Amino acid sequence: MLGYLFSRLVSVIPVALGVSLICFLLVHIAPGDPLVAIMPIDATAEQEAEMRAVYGFDKPLPVQFGIWLSNAVQGDLGRSIATGRPVGPEVTRAVGNTLLLAAAASVIGFPLGIFFGFMAGYLRDTVWDRIITASAIAGVSTPNYWLGMVLVIIFSITWPLLPSMGAGPGGSGAWVWDWQHMRHLVLPAITLAVVPMGIVMRTTRALVSDILDQDFVQALYAKGMTRTGVLRHVARNAAPTALSVIGLQLGYLLGGSILIETVFNWPGSGYLLSVAILQRDLPMLQGTILVLAMFFVTLNLLVDIAQSMIDPRISRA
Amino acid sequence: MTFTTTPASVVIEVPAAPTVSYWAGVWHRLRRDPAALICAAILLALIFSATFAPWLGFADPYTGSMINRLKPIGTEGHILGTDELGRDMLSRLIYGGRLTLFLGITPVVTAFVIGTTLGLIAGYVGGWINALIMRVTDVFFAFPSVLLAIAISGALGAGIVNSLVSLTIVFIPPITRVAESVTASVRKLDYVDAARASGAGNFTIVRVQVLGNVLGPIFVYATSLTSVCMIISAGLSFLGLGVKPPEPEWGLMLNTLRTAIYINPWVAALPGMMIFITSLCLNLLSDGLRSAMNVRQ
Repeated sequence: MLGYLFSRLVSVIPVALGVSLICFLLVHIAPGDPLVAIMPIDATAEQEAEMRAVYGFDKPLPVQFGIWLSNAVQGDLGRSIATGRPVGPEVTRAVGNTLLLAAAASVIGFPLGIFFGFMAGYLRDTVWDRIITASAIAGVSTPNYWLGMVLVIIFSITWPLLPSMGAGPGGSGAWVWDWQHMRHLVLPAITLAVVPMGIVMRTTRALVSDILDQDFVQALYAKGMTRTGVLRHVARNAAPTALSVIGLQLGYLLGGSILIETVFNWPGSGYLLSVAILQRDLPMLQGTILVLAMFFVTLNLLVDIAQSMIDPRISRA
Repeated sequence: MTFTTTPASVVIEVPAAPTVSYWAGVWHRLRRDPAALICAAILLALIFSATFAPWLGFADPYTGSMINRLKPIGTEGHILGTDELGRDMLSRLIYGGRLTLFLGITPVVTAFVIGTTLGLIAGYVGGWINALIMRVTDVFFAFPSVLLAIAISGALGAGIVNSLVSLTIVFIPPITRVAESVTASVRKLDYVDAARASGAGNFTIVRVQVLGNVLGPIFVYATSLTSVCMIISAGLSFLGLGVKPPEPEWGLMLNTLRTAIYINPWVAALPGMMIFITSLCLNLLSDGLRSAMNVRQ
């Protein structure tokens, strides 16, 4: 177990390096000079060279990568080209809001997905199974940015029950755990939850229906175990795979939230990204992507470890 | 030569059984799946109307009149209403299918070709080449797909070509991974050894023994990616990263109509409805193909 833990931890290092390299290269695959957006048209050659030196663009690429990486490890993600402010603190604040939204979506999506998926697998080929399978595939097929608009049309415009914009009354950025703020979370969280819920439903259904076909289930019934007892065994067998799918979906919530945040003006990393894209603020884009990707890498690591704890076969392999 | 060739008279005559080809079998099973058939029909209709839109007598999707802007659904002459510049919605939705479907399908096809090649090489050759290809793939897997698409598109800037490039990059790693694992498992089977023993070279083995057996599962997997690809590419346009105005494209239309959501909400939601229906059909068809081809994943 310890050996597995260690090798899994070590294997993260090259992936994390690769991820940083890709994020670093984002600025350099961009067409044109990254400074063009902020340099005044009448800037002299000396002024341009000075700016270049300030941002470090005058050094060879591998050197730039080394400097950038060592800064990033220390939490310095560079300065925004649009505002000149440090990227790090802004990204941290925004990612906090994104995580809040993703957590809310997980609380809605995963338990429901597992419950209905389990039901469909257990009641295979009944009307319930068909209804659940159909709604799962509809959920998976939904462009969530559109679903967000539809929910706004229904619950904010037709019946003005819930707010459609921002993360709190009056566009305040600070989050407070009261109903005034939680109301703002309802629509974006539901929107974000629909696709992962569909995926979890489909996976759980397939898992449960596969496991019920196995001989040991017959054996358990034959020795007189109650239905609840058998279901407990089925759940235990489905857990590792279900967990890995949930972990993957948790990561996709971070990606999916980018579009949802744009729809609901939610002040998270997605909103930050869309502003950065609009202003062609490459350091901001780079920093946000790096932080989100690192979250995803860590999440995958945690899921793998949790999985090996539930299912001892994994760490022995 | 000490080997004796088998005398012709000893060859056992196998009675010609009525064999059904693999694809005939797939088609036979698919024909009994009403959901898949309906979806295929809807998709074909969408592709047909999008391809031949200029000859089907729809209104011009680029010109509108500002007097007739944001008409509701059911307006005379504009059955699905008009958009924020008074352009006919029905026409724009039909024309919009061109770019949306193109941007949904092309990256997956390209990624299918590249990913299958990489996966075949990695799975068949093994060793350090496998390690190299698969470790690079792992790095790309460390990004959620939407995030990676937005990152690359965000850096490259808006435009159709940039969208195509970023979406292709997003879908190569998953296809490579599936192709590698399928190839690696086929490679260990006895008939590959048999082919090698009978003197077949690597290229012949891959072409004859391996390719035919790995393409099915990879193909089914790739079809399940088309709906994801379409949703992401429309999402890129929705963020202002893909197609540029005034081109009709469902994601971009959804974005520009967002401002009209308080005036004429259901017209504003129409382009998303199209994305939803198309992606639902793609998913149901892919599910039908999967069970008809007996692929397990």
